[in-house]
Amino acid sequence: MAKKPVEKKEEVKTTGHSWDGIEEFNNPLPRWWLWTLYACIAWALVYVTLYPAWPMINGATPGLLGWSTRANVAADIAEVNAKNEVINAKLAAADLTMIADDAELNTYAVNAGSAVFLTWCAQCHGSGAAGAKGYPNLLDDDWLWGGDIEAIKTTINHGVRNEEDDDARFSEMPAFGRDELLEKEEIAQVVNFVMSLSGDAQDASLVEAGAVVFEDNCAACHADDGTGDRDQGAPNLTDAIWLYGGDHDTITATVTNARYGVMPNWNTRLSAAQINAVATYVHQLGGGE
Amino acid sequence: MGNYIKLIVLGLLTLLALIAANFSRDLAYLVAMLSFATAGGITFLYVLRKAGDAPITADLSGQYMDGVVRAGVIATAFWGVVGFLVGVTIAFQLAWPVLNWEWAQGYFNFGRLRPLHTSAVIFAFGGNALIATSFYVVQRTSAARLWGGGLPWFVFWGYQLFIVLAATGYILGATQSKEYAEPEWYTDIWLTIVWVMYLLVFVMTLVKRKEPHIYVANWFYLSFIITVAMLHLVNNMSIPVSLYGSKSVQVMSGVQDAMTQWWYGHNAVGFFLTAGFLGMMYYFVPKQAERPVFSYKLSIIHFWALIFLYIWAGPHHLHYTALPDWAGTLGMAFSIVLWMPSWGGMINGLMTLSGAWDKLRTDPIIRMMVISIGFYGMSTFEGPMMSIRAVNSLSHYTDWTIGHVHSGALGWNGMITFGALYFLVPKLWNKERLYSLKLVSWHFWLATIGIILYAASMWVTGIMEGLMWREVDANGFLVNSFADTVAAKFPMLVVRGTGGLMFLTGACIMCYNLWMTVVSSPAVETDNSAVPAE
Repeated sequence: MAKKPVEKKEEVKTTGHSWDGIEEFNNPLPRWWLWTLYACIAWALVYVTLYPAWPMINGATPGLLGWSTRANVAADIAEVNAKNEVINAKLAAADLTMIADDAELNTYAVNAGSAVFLTWCAQCHGSGAAGAKGYPNLLDDDWLWGGDIEAIKTTINHGVRNEEDDDARFSEMPAFGRDELLEKEEIAQVVNFVMSLSGDAQDASLVEAGAVVFEDNCAACHADDGTGDRDQGAPNLTDAIWLYGGDHDTITATVTNARYGVMPNWNTRLSAAQINAVATYVHQLGGGE
Repeated sequence: MGNYIKLIVLGLLTLLALIAANFSRDLAYLVAMLSFATAGGITFLYVLRKAGDAPITADLSGQYMDGVVRAGVIATAFWGVVGFLVGVTIAFQLAWPVLNWEWAQGYFNFGRLRPLHTSAVIFAFGGNALIATSFYVVQRTSAARLWGGGLPWFVFWGYQLFIVLAATGYILGATQSKEYAEPEWYTDIWLTIVWVMYLLVFVMTLVKRKEPHIYVANWFYLSFIITVAMLHLVNNMSIPVSLYGSKSVQVMSGVQDAMTQWWYGHNAVGFFLTAGFLGMMYYFVPKQAERPVFSYKLSIIHFWALIFLYIWAGPHHLHYTALPDWAGTLGMAFSIVLWMPSWGGMINGLMTLSGAWDKLRTDPIIRMMVISIGFYGMSTFEGPMMSIRAVNSLSHYTDWTIGHVHSGALGWNGMITFGALYFLVPKLWNKERLYSLKLVSWHFWLATIGIILYAASMWVTGIMEGLMWREVDANGFLVNSFADTVAAKFPMLVVRGTGGLMFLTGACIMCYNLWMTVVSSPAVETDNSAVPAE
């Protein structure tokens, strides 16, 4: 194909000036550029007429569409609330022990509970509910304060060891070392005994003496066989599941200084329906009783 | 006589800084005052040693002042590598949080290093590049020596002191918590002094120009210097809690403070990273291409449109916040109209190459400049698009924003600066040519692929984050927790860090190449005298 002559370009004059050897062509504004600029300006003029734009003495022009971000979000929330109003009322009043029998309500509760959990609970218990050091795993069947649905609901409602709710779950393990209730030697013995309960004693020669220390100091809460007591939130020490860690040093630290895990009460922050929902959600994760 | 006054003033300043250091209430302030005292002391000794020298009688007015530009080029390359290195570090800290080492908590964790990175690349690397190139360009295009005797040197060293004050402040935790305006009040005051001197040098050099007209590059440089001064003063209005401590309290609060901050923040992008660097482009692209600028008319129209529109676009950073809807509407409308004025610079840059496109094959420096203008065009399209409310509701707070910023910063600001450095070093050190064009090619490809990895991974992860945050099930319940989105981002964060590492490697190659140019390229006689073009 024959090339179009390029002379047209060369006809364009420069402005006739030069700075350090740089000249400037006198090309006109590219048409497409200019028309796109005009189009943007025209669009902007329409846009600022339709939407709130110009500040006046008292407030701004509202725009012809009456559009407002706050009104929009309020409408969105109202829409979802209206849609779920009936089933939320039903959920708030539901007997949770029977909820599994109502498939529709159960599914709704699990979905709603999942959203509540991811927003409020995942920070400590993890988004998969597997917990972290000091924050219980909610997937297994090891429960500190009880794993049936009503017990879970009570824990969520009132929380654990918080100061806001008088009905919060409460118990306190003594700091056996810090408060000098036990000698270092006795702590070493009882730690080995506790480890032996899950077949993992570090120093077998201390286990026997540790059993005596345990019986005198620990059995009142953790039970004679070490299986714990849910009424006092005393963990089962025989199942090889550890909230803070099951190695020798960590258990020594736990016996020496005790632990004081806190969970907020949710009854003042979540609605009754939301609490029922998240209790149902946690209950069905795998460990519910 | 002049020297005596200088010595007295410097001695007093050093003494005052030492007194302030003695009474300091916190470590950041102590280090800052010791830095002031050290700088004052060194300058005192320098002036003292020079005091006995015979006064310079030679007339230098016919010669360009290139020493300060040489120093600026070195500082640009140095701070560039530092800034990129910190960037790569924090990129990998995000991918592997364990890199926030326990022993370094409170000094080198992400929160301390992040402002160090942004300020190092924008103000240390970008700022030095702008000061150095503006000093070079304004002399060449005005055919006049820099005004003010030793004042340009004060601007250069004063600016380096500002960088040190800001950087040590970040690491030691002195911050106003305003993005890109983190330095505390004493650093702000110092920068104000330096910046006014910079403005004075630049304007007075223009005033004594020997060309009848002011070249377009200088319009852009001047608008950058003036507007940054205004932005800096307004956004940093604060009252120190104590004259001997780093903490200060902002004069404005709440949404007014947020709006002022983003008026500043957006125009730091608009006037520092856009207008200033367009000034750079308007000189170095036609010089390197050896072609006239495409359109004088376009340069006028897009300059004034850009300057007028940019200053109003800030509210688009605050969509869906406490900012009233009307302010958001105006910010968005101005941002959309800003699209074509921004592209005017791209057209003028790219079309300047028409008639010289073959140079893309042979000249890696031109290639660098072209890709830089390309990234400029892309990010100035992406910006208006992201300012649209509907797009912003998806993109805001996600990594998309980070990707957008970096396609502009690495692609546009980085590449045009690299091009300018490759152009300047042989000229400033009187060398025939660069040490190796092949190494420039290596730099070009490493940087380009690095930027693409960076931008692409941030698009993917940003849009994914936005979609995950708003995902709801049939009943209207959120599906994902925040931590789920963080976990899902991991692979893209690794890709991003890798892209940054490639960009850093390219910059190190550049430093080597420039160094070898200075020490081993064949020398050439060049004329340093200021002669009007015609």
